[in-house]
Amino acid sequence: MSTTTPTAVETVLEVENLGVDFWVDGEYYPAAVGLDYRVKRGEVLAIVGESGSGKSSSSMALLGLLPPTARITGSIKLLGREIANLDNRELRKVRGNQIAVIFQEPMTALNPVYTIGFQMVETLRTHFDMTPKQAKERAIELLEKVEMPDPATAFNKYPHQLSGGQRQRAMIAQSISCDPVLLIADEPTTALDVTVQAEILELLRSLRTRLDSAIVLITHDMGVVADLADSIMVMKNGEAVEQGAALDIFQRPQHPYTQSLLASVPHLGLEVSEAGDARPAPSTAATPVLSFQDVAIEYPKRGRVPAFRAADEINLDVYPGEIVGLVGESGSGKTTLGRAAVGLLPIKSGTLISAGIDISAGTTKELKALRRKAGIVFQDPGSSLNPRMPIGESIGEPLLLAGEAEGKELDKRVQELLTSVELPTSYRNRYPHELSGGQRQRVGIARALSLAPELLIADEPTSALDVSVQARFLDLLQELQQKLQFACLFISHDLAVVDMLAHRIAVMHRGRLVEQGTRDEILRSPKEAYTQRLIAAVPLPDPIAQRERRESRRAGL
Amino acid sequence: MTNNPTFEPDHTPGSVTDAENNLELKEVEGLSQGQIVRRRFFRHRGALVSMVVLAFIIITAFSSVGLSFSFFGIDVRTPGWWQWNWTQIPDPQNGGAPTLSLVPEFLGGEGIRFGDHPFGQDEVGRDIFAVVMRGTQQSIVIMVVVGVIAVSIGTVIGAVSGFFRGWRDSVLMRFTDIIITIPVIVVGAVVGKAVGNQGALALAIVLGLFAWTGLARLVRAEVLSLREREFVDAARVAGASNRRIIFKHVLPNAIGVIIVNATLLMAAAILLETALSFLGFGVQSPDTSLGKIISDNQAAFATRPWLFWWPGVFIIAIALCINFIGDGLRDAFDPRQKRLPSARALARATANRNDLARAEVLVGTRGGDTQVDGDVTPGGAPDRREDDRPTHGSRGDA
Repeated sequence: MSTTTPTAVETVLEVENLGVDFWVDGEYYPAAVGLDYRVKRGEVLAIVGESGSGKSSSSMALLGLLPPTARITGSIKLLGREIANLDNRELRKVRGNQIAVIFQEPMTALNPVYTIGFQMVETLRTHFDMTPKQAKERAIELLEKVEMPDPATAFNKYPHQLSGGQRQRAMIAQSISCDPVLLIADEPTTALDVTVQAEILELLRSLRTRLDSAIVLITHDMGVVADLADSIMVMKNGEAVEQGAALDIFQRPQHPYTQSLLASVPHLGLEVSEAGDARPAPSTAATPVLSFQDVAIEYPKRGRVPAFRAADEINLDVYPGEIVGLVGESGSGKTTLGRAAVGLLPIKSGTLISAGIDISAGTTKELKALRRKAGIVFQDPGSSLNPRMPIGESIGEPLLLAGEAEGKELDKRVQELLTSVELPTSYRNRYPHELSGGQRQRVGIARALSLAPELLIADEPTSALDVSVQARFLDLLQELQQKLQFACLFISHDLAVVDMLAHRIAVMHRGRLVEQGTRDEILRSPKEAYTQRLIAAVPLPDPIAQRERRESRRAGL
Repeated sequence: MTNNPTFEPDHTPGSVTDAENNLELKEVEGLSQGQIVRRRFFRHRGALVSMVVLAFIIITAFSSVGLSFSFFGIDVRTPGWWQWNWTQIPDPQNGGAPTLSLVPEFLGGEGIRFGDHPFGQDEVGRDIFAVVMRGTQQSIVIMVVVGVIAVSIGTVIGAVSGFFRGWRDSVLMRFTDIIITIPVIVVGAVVGKAVGNQGALALAIVLGLFAWTGLARLVRAEVLSLREREFVDAARVAGASNRRIIFKHVLPNAIGVIIVNATLLMAAAILLETALSFLGFGVQSPDTSLGKIISDNQAAFATRPWLFWWPGVFIIAIALCINFIGDGLRDAFDPRQKRLPSARALARATANRNDLARAEVLVGTRGGDTQVDGDVTPGGAPDRREDDRPTHGSRGDA
């Protein structure tokens, strides 16, 4: 499918019958079982699977970075040398030098109190006999290699002074500093925006040919896989259910799990071929449920930090029964809008009418009235439920506080709500930590819908979920929306998800709405350059289409 | 263990998935937060022993010499089972030496007996056991009262300033700063002189009014981070008032910090009372406390050392118990606390696993499904694959 290097016959990594077990309360439980794979020089192997499928723990086993409760069986050969169960001293020589890792979250993987230059020099000097000056030169050279803008200045910067994409570049520069033969990229782009993700994928692609090392890419994003991988291994419940060349897997998935995984990936632009617009937009003649009129939102100045205008000149209407998608990169102010709409943030100027109530002034009385008419589903289901409260109580809280129901009546309503989000009623006494991410997010919806609101704000409700869970969650949301006919502002950075759900889409960039229109107008014929860039950056879960798109994008730049 | 994976003959290839599910079940087993904390707490041996010892001390102290408290005119008096009380002055026996003997006769001692004055007598003849028990009572009362008052004030002030921030935070924290800058021992000395004759309870209340500062700071820090969590916003959207958010949503999540700090505070209160009484500012005669016993008898250090041993032993025992319980609670409330298995436990688990693997192979070969089975069975199994005589499956692991 892609660049096969001419000399590439050497197998870098050979894994045979690899098993990882974890010790839990006196017994070993398998996290990964019987994995067999090999990676050649210049080849990219993608390990795909949902969270808990063992993809990360089996890859960390390669480096011996598992907790002491883990046990590794089987054989791992790096360039023909057995490295499974090496002792720590030997392993340290392998780590960094021959195997390097790119972590998911560069902000936490880089030490915030040292400059990135210092951290790179440290790595270089541990592995090579270098003077500090040589190491610095080499570090700047590496930063150039990863296309860091202005490497000499970046050398002296601290991680927080760099943007997310630049941090990931620094992280990559550090990991390639010893010319590793094997690079493990653990969800390298998950924490990044689509446009930045596209740049990083481009970088990984070019590094692969320049360094000629093997790459093991761990991800759950089929778009990333399609963009980069030569071969794919699909994992489920600790087992490799399917292995093969990337193109084969995408076009002829054999195992039912792979098929369902591919089917649940939201596909940007899939529906365009289907009967024009299958979703007739609800009438826009009625009075809007949510209306921003020239709204500006500011975070007040604190100490010497000046006030920050997070959103400005916002004009946006959401009509009854309509789902409006609000998309943009992180930091574009889309969450700010969502929080303002439910009265969690005061607005600075303009008029904001939410669920028929003018909350521009933000008085307690207005907000109290709004509470009964608007609900919000938060981004992180782990943090949006009180960990010390049974979920039944969390769901019932709005009802109780609104004086709608009490005692037996409340119990009944809570059970109805649980049933409506397809959770067993027996779950009502469970605590949030006893539920999975998808179940917790259902609880979030049940709570938001408990008062049958006119307006629902969904703030990136699926960004913390696996694809297949996300698909089920979106189906449920759509179903409930059709049944209850609430207006919904759906905030997301994922264009494909918005494409599935929304009637109309608004695009936000640096606190301003740059474009809004119906779904087809925005996604099929975007007018603003920014929207076009955003759409072009979304990786398609299809290797061939993705390659075409990549080439057209490169031509366009 | 309760959730042993079961391997049925017709279900061999799926066994990995079963085990995986069990793993998940184990982690999310239907336990409430309280149950989890309790289970972890009872695993901490030091804390458990301390609880038993502390309970024993409390029961003995209060039942042996009876209660006697008067607080602003209200008198509470009950008799105890011990023959003396701390005000009686029996005749000195044997120079006041302790009659307690713990060395049995066959080891050359005097046999196990308590005698009339197990802890000895002081120079006038007071029974030290009765005096120490009374002192222990006082110390425990002070510990509990200081704990309750300081924890209530500290939690409320910390929660209010952390939650509302702004001017309320500034005012409350500056107030806290002022209290912190005054050494508690000085406050205790001044106030102790004034209310010391009112008994230990009054002293405890005053000490409690000055001991909350550290807790307030800690709770404020915790609340500052908790208030940014999304469930607080969720509660606000649900229509919860600030008071409800603080008491129902935020504080229960800070309970770990509060409980742990409370135990440390209580241990400190005992030592503070001891120090004050030693200096002569705490509990006044004719009543007594552990610190006062030591202070009263400092001249007799060389001649009657038991006058120091016993109050000293009880001060140390109570403070240690409270600190151990606090340590146990800290461990129990910390969700990141995961026990590391011992090497023995790991070895046993390995043995179990190999047993299971072997059973699996056996079942697999019998079922003629060797191909799949060999693939899913982790380590140690393949070399026994040839072995399909049933007896070998039950061969014990060395």
